[in-house]
Amino acid sequence: MCATGGQEAVDELKAELKENGYDVLDATVLTTSCNDLLTKKELKPLKEAVEDSDLIVSLACGNGVQTLAKLTGKRVVPSNNTLFVGERIRGGVFEETCRTCGACVLGRTAAICPVSRCSKGLLNGPCGGSIDGYCEVDPELKCAWIEIYNRLKEDDRLDLLEEVEPIRSYINVSHPRKLNRRGR
Amino acid sequence: MPSRLQQTLDEGSFAVSAEIAPPKGFDFSHPLEVAKRLWGHVDALNVTDFQSASVKASSLALCIDLIQNGIQPVLQMTGRDRNRIAIQGELLSAAHFGIQNILALTGDHPKTGDNPQAKPVFELDAIGILQTAETLIEGKDLGGNELLGQSPEFFLGAVVSPVFDPIEVQLIQMRKKIRCGARFFQTQGIFSLDVARRFKEQTEGYNTKILYGIIPLRSPGMARFMNRKIPGIEVPNDLIETLEKSENKEQDGIKIAAELISKLKEEKLCDGVHIMAIGAEGNVEKILKEAGLWT
Repeated sequence: MCATGGQEAVDELKAELKENGYDVLDATVLTTSCNDLLTKKELKPLKEAVEDSDLIVSLACGNGVQTLAKLTGKRVVPSNNTLFVGERIRGGVFEETCRTCGACVLGRTAAICPVSRCSKGLLNGPCGGSIDGYCEVDPELKCAWIEIYNRLKEDDRLDLLEEVEPIRSYINVSHPRKLNRRGR
Repeated sequence: MPSRLQQTLDEGSFAVSAEIAPPKGFDFSHPLEVAKRLWGHVDALNVTDFQSASVKASSLALCIDLIQNGIQPVLQMTGRDRNRIAIQGELLSAAHFGIQNILALTGDHPKTGDNPQAKPVFELDAIGILQTAETLIEGKDLGGNELLGQSPEFFLGAVVSPVFDPIEVQLIQMRKKIRCGARFFQTQGIFSLDVARRFKEQTEGYNTKILYGIIPLRSPGMARFMNRKIPGIEVPNDLIETLEKSENKEQDGIKIAAELISKLKEEKLCDGVHIMAIGAEGNVEKILKEAGLWT
């Protein structure tokens, strides 16, 4: 969707590397590289190329780069700088709307996330820093809390804004996070 | 014993506080001199916390200097640069030195300051800082652990912006701050009686004290700049025109500020004023004299 990977991008990078005198042993698109078992399986046919390589360039996100490094034991470098979990607004335009914070408040903020869309990540309503509904930090960024207010007002749920948010505990949302849904 | 600011407000007298800023450096002689000159005529010297998200000496350090000179400060505390451990530690340190007045603020974003590369904290916003201070007053920390010895006594305050669209958002925030212990408010700088009258009506029945923010204008350029750049500031055009025609702009700015204060007091539109002279603290004395409040 972001056109940062896929066959076309891989082929392009391969051509560029060749042009610069590198010997490219293989150039493959995996289904996904953040699934350990699947990646392991898909790496099998590439075993020889992996073993003979000095360096693997990954076009995946930061997660995929690490999976590859772990599974191959090779030196893996990222070709991309992973920016955020985004929403595609239209072709080529993306916005961060969820920070995967692990303490979701969307149920009481009219489905607009203040953690990712307020520059300060405020949980109790806006600061006094917005000008005409736009953020003090970025005049092109709408104040998330004014948006939340407008939406809650429309829904006749301003009572939600009157509630003081309990001070958030970061005990369970500190990094790195893990999830085990298999029990033990 | 309650702080002088609290006493003045509690007895229903007109309170005055003045803002001073720690320097970008470690020589505190200028703000200290200003404070010494003003103390006795004001109820508190309000010390900014890394004002404009810029590196300076800390609010606590200058507050300690003031207290040791017999001057009562208001310690400003923002959530921009400290997590809950640092905020609680700093509040306890303030209590140790006898600092009682605390002003809780969320803080400007580091991107608006002079070290925009800084990592923003904002673990607690103004409301969270008030909740935290109240928890300490109850003798516990946020982790639920008992404090040793006496619990601190704080007189807690917060800020509000009377010129804000939609104002209802500010009023909701204000009500939450009151519920979390804000017993006084200082407002963003206001420049007209209409704003003061309107805001008084809007906050009728709120169980707190309100100090209107007063910013003496020094030039029409300053007014226009603030109108453009500072959230919540609305200098009316007729004031800017008056300053444009003025032959002594700074003097007339002082006069305008003093007249506003006199009328606010006369019409009982607030419980006091908070003067922010922004770099021209020497003018606070002139304003108070002009307003007949230099007693």
